[in-house]
Amino acid sequence: MPAALIDHAAGIETQDLHAWFDRLHVLRGITLRAAPRRVTAIIGPSGCGKSTFLRCLNRMHELVLGSRSSGRVLLDSQDIYAPAVDPVLIRRRVGMVFQKPNPFPTMSIYDNVAAGLRLAGERDRRRLDETVERSLRAAALWDEVKDRLAKSGTSLSGGQQQRLCIARALAVSPEVLLMDEPASALDPSATLKIEELARELAAQITIVIVTHNMQEAARVSDFTGFFLSGEMVEYGATDQIFTRPRDRRTEDYITGRFG
Amino acid sequence: MDLSYVRRRWTNRAMAVLTFLCTVVVLAPLFFILFFLARTGLSALNLDFFTHLPGPAGEPGGGMANAIVGTLVLVGLAALLGVPVGVLGGMFLAEFPGSRLGHAVRLFADVMNGMPSIVMGLFAYTLLVLPLRHFSALAGGVALGVMLIPTVMRTTEEIVRLVPQSLREASLALGIPQWKTLLWIVLPAAAAGIVTGVMVGLARIAGETAPLLFTAFGNRFWNWDLLQPIAALPLQIFAYAISPFDDWHRQAWAGALVLVAIVLAINVAARYFAGRQARLR
Repeated sequence: MPAALIDHAAGIETQDLHAWFDRLHVLRGITLRAAPRRVTAIIGPSGCGKSTFLRCLNRMHELVLGSRSSGRVLLDSQDIYAPAVDPVLIRRRVGMVFQKPNPFPTMSIYDNVAAGLRLAGERDRRRLDETVERSLRAAALWDEVKDRLAKSGTSLSGGQQQRLCIARALAVSPEVLLMDEPASALDPSATLKIEELARELAAQITIVIVTHNMQEAARVSDFTGFFLSGEMVEYGATDQIFTRPRDRRTEDYITGRFG
Repeated sequence: MDLSYVRRRWTNRAMAVLTFLCTVVVLAPLFFILFFLARTGLSALNLDFFTHLPGPAGEPGGGMANAIVGTLVLVGLAALLGVPVGVLGGMFLAEFPGSRLGHAVRLFADVMNGMPSIVMGLFAYTLLVLPLRHFSALAGGVALGVMLIPTVMRTTEEIVRLVPQSLREASLALGIPQWKTLLWIVLPAAAAGIVTGVMVGLARIAGETAPLLFTAFGNRFWNWDLLQPIAALPLQIFAYAISPFDDWHRQAWAGALVLVAIVLAINVAARYFAGRQARLR
């Protein structure tokens, strides 16, 4: 078990969420509720809008030039797209891990993890030390790096770098962690570690994970949503989706008939 | 043997010889200059040259200590003006590529890059020398600094653009505001490249003469007041080269050699930083 992170109970849900890139309509009315302290997986073929969906949940989608969205995203029943809401504060509550590990190349391991807090104004050295250790332990990386915290973050292996990115995201104690195909650039053993980690973290925070690997979804998630061409075809408990899909298209996809 | 094959082989050889000759044509003047400078300049280089003021007209001896320091002061002043404006402007261009202001700034930077340097001197003359009623180090520094801005701005823009988008996203996703992301994440990742750009820009302006003619003006004595005329190597070389004294001619050669050495040193430093930027990525 990871050392105690701040225990959050916030779930995140979308209501009739649409998203566009210029005129390309990539999400067509998604209504989905990711339950608190559970892992929700989004599966679907390339280009089905699953990454865009994830990026709408922490207002990263709007950073792309020409992008647009409509509908509601409720974090702990507060609409994060309400006019008075500052996206910067939302991103502190909804963390994100990307497809390719992206540690800050100019920073040490320690500084990578501390970056979020430091740039939010935390100066207390002791509190930073504590948070860095706690986050690295939570990301199951502490034992591997505790003797070389001053080394560059890019000196680590790919799998370690990805866990460093997870630790970095955890350090600002988010309520929700979004994972965008976090293991797709990693070898099988590193993949397994990330998956175990996602399971463990779900004891404390809400996780939404996007993957095109169905075995991965089956292994890590409690609930699964299947996306196709910007729509959610089916949503349910993971074992139901994988053993008794209700929709023909879901069945075709998970049995490998397309995608 | 096939005729077209033979022809292709001969064309290939002819082109190879041609490109080699072109390279020689480009490099020959450089080596001539360096050779000439070293041969004529070295004989006049001695400790006095680096430590003494210019001697009275027509008398042998004396040095260019004040001009060497003056050039460093002018380049320093130019950097104070040109580096912050250029770096911040370049970051703006890179981060807001679509903005209308950005398009205008980019156009003006390119126009300024091609502006004759004497026009920069006129600009500083009108801006500072006329109102203050005398030539000054400050006016020279401003003339060189304004010349530095477009070079630094455009290289900064190029380098900042090369910083991967994933790095910005990593930072923004942590809830770090955009301005802090730029300052603390993007800028350090681009730092080595920006330093290279600044160095190349400095090397270029260090040898400028025209913009200093009616701004810094030159000075035969030490001057530490930025509002007074100051000596500069290129000006001193110019003044000595057109003088009727043989000893001054020799000193002009020595001054040119020192100037080239300074520019070369800055360029070598720039290459070092460029190498570091490459390794980072």
